[in-house]
Amino acid sequence: MVLYSLTFYLFSSVAVLSALMVISAKNPVHSVLFLILSFVNASGLFVLLGAEFLAMILVVVYVGAVAVLFLFVVMMLDINFVKLREGFLQYLPFGALLGIVLVIELGILFLTDRSSNIYNNQTPLQPIVNEVENTKMIGQILYTEYFYLFQICGIILLVAMIGSITLTLRDKGGVKRQNIVSQNTVDASTAIEKKKVKIGEGI
Amino acid sequence: MTYDILITGLIIIAQILAVVVPVLISVAFLVYAERKVLALIQLRRGPNIVGPFGILQSFADALKLITKENIIPSGSNKIVFILAPIITMVLSLAGWAVIPFAPGWVVSDINVGIMYLFAVSSLGVYGIIMAGWASNSQYPFLGALRSAAQMVSYEVSIGFVIITVLLCVGSLNLSKIVLAQQTVWFAIPLLPMFIIFFISALAETNRLPFDLPEDESTLVAGFFTEYSSASFVLFFLGEYASMILMSSMTVILFLGGWLPPFDVYPLNVVPGVIWFTVKVIFILFLFIWVRGTFPRYRYDQLMRLGWKVFLPFSLFWVVATSGFLVYFDMLPN
Repeated sequence: MVLYSLTFYLFSSVAVLSALMVISAKNPVHSVLFLILSFVNASGLFVLLGAEFLAMILVVVYVGAVAVLFLFVVMMLDINFVKLREGFLQYLPFGALLGIVLVIELGILFLTDRSSNIYNNQTPLQPIVNEVENTKMIGQILYTEYFYLFQICGIILLVAMIGSITLTLRDKGGVKRQNIVSQNTVDASTAIEKKKVKIGEGI
Repeated sequence: MTYDILITGLIIIAQILAVVVPVLISVAFLVYAERKVLALIQLRRGPNIVGPFGILQSFADALKLITKENIIPSGSNKIVFILAPIITMVLSLAGWAVIPFAPGWVVSDINVGIMYLFAVSSLGVYGIIMAGWASNSQYPFLGALRSAAQMVSYEVSIGFVIITVLLCVGSLNLSKIVLAQQTVWFAIPLLPMFIIFFISALAETNRLPFDLPEDESTLVAGFFTEYSSASFVLFFLGEYASMILMSSMTVILFLGGWLPPFDVYPLNVVPGVIWFTVKVIFILFLFIWVRGTFPRYRYDQLMRLGWKVFLPFSLFWVVATSGFLVYFDMLPN
């Protein structure tokens, strides 16, 4: 029990601290690395809640793929962050307003709604061992009750993908392309031509 | 109460050591085996000075490398530069937590074992990207960019191969995946997937013919050009440890883990861990054999193979397998 609480506080404190570092780090690459650390700790929290499938999906999708491409872009682009910070005071009131609204909303949720499930089912911080694995449970709900919503999510992603491809695709004329089949079928008889060169003459 | 925690902690640490120490020792012998096999392929002798048959060569090399001066380039981003090899090493060892060596011989028998392995192997790219970026030098950076694109591409086909196997098993637990192969190893009904998985594993561990991140003929040494001494050793160990990890993953998914080839008398008395080791050694030999035989791929050919050949084919095979299982009502529960 103590071990679970300890790991919970470890994961959550590192997650919060690294989230703070994401917005305060001077170097954009460091920001992305802290973001990754935050993701990993969030997935650790999922494991403590007994949601091991979600935890692994979080690592595979966000850390393993999305953040890699994110890091890729941040490393390649030469972003001048000093310049971006120039308008800090100008945007401060708006940002502060958003933050305050969020804090108030969270406060309302936790302080007034005492009848909600959060307070009634206060489970101890340890994995809930069920008869059915939660991978199976997610599958059973996702592919029956939420089938249409799930498919619509897929279509939205497809639309976004096609959109980004059409935005970046520039079909320039005169681009030389490789024909892999013809490259692979080359052998000595087609690649090499034997010629007799007479002395004192060229080909 | 506190005493219990201490005992639990000690048991966990003992289990971790019982897995990590043999892995590190086998890394040393894998390096020796690789040099010896490559030497035999090329009609040379290979290491034969240190110890009988040169068997202690790797230990001598490691000692030499560790006692050298550790150089940190002045233009580098020092913290990330030092973190990168550590992350590579730790990630290549972390995956061993869920590998079942024999029935019940597993540190952590979790429900989502295969997802955990997939996640850990997909994190491996960070060590390389961080090394390439922190070195603040052109060759490592190019190596890092290549590896980022390469590993993300081949993960997609590895994911589909894993899905195909999971369709036949009905569980993400590695022990259950092995037990599902009692009648027939998945390498036989899913032979094309086995081959795709093996080739993708070569790409995922940056081994020849897909070792473009380190590509010594164009990039000096790729992402670890600036590394020396102990940090270089960590990269080296990490590469070989992840090679063994991918081989064990192949064995568990396709070659029946600890199961004997046939459940008959002289074969089934041999302990499972020996079958497991023999199979892993076989896959590792294939890794080395491929290295000794094939030339390095060109980068565009590598990407073409990943996206235009493996991805459509493995996707087709997922659909075909699930169609087959549904039609003949063989879906596992």
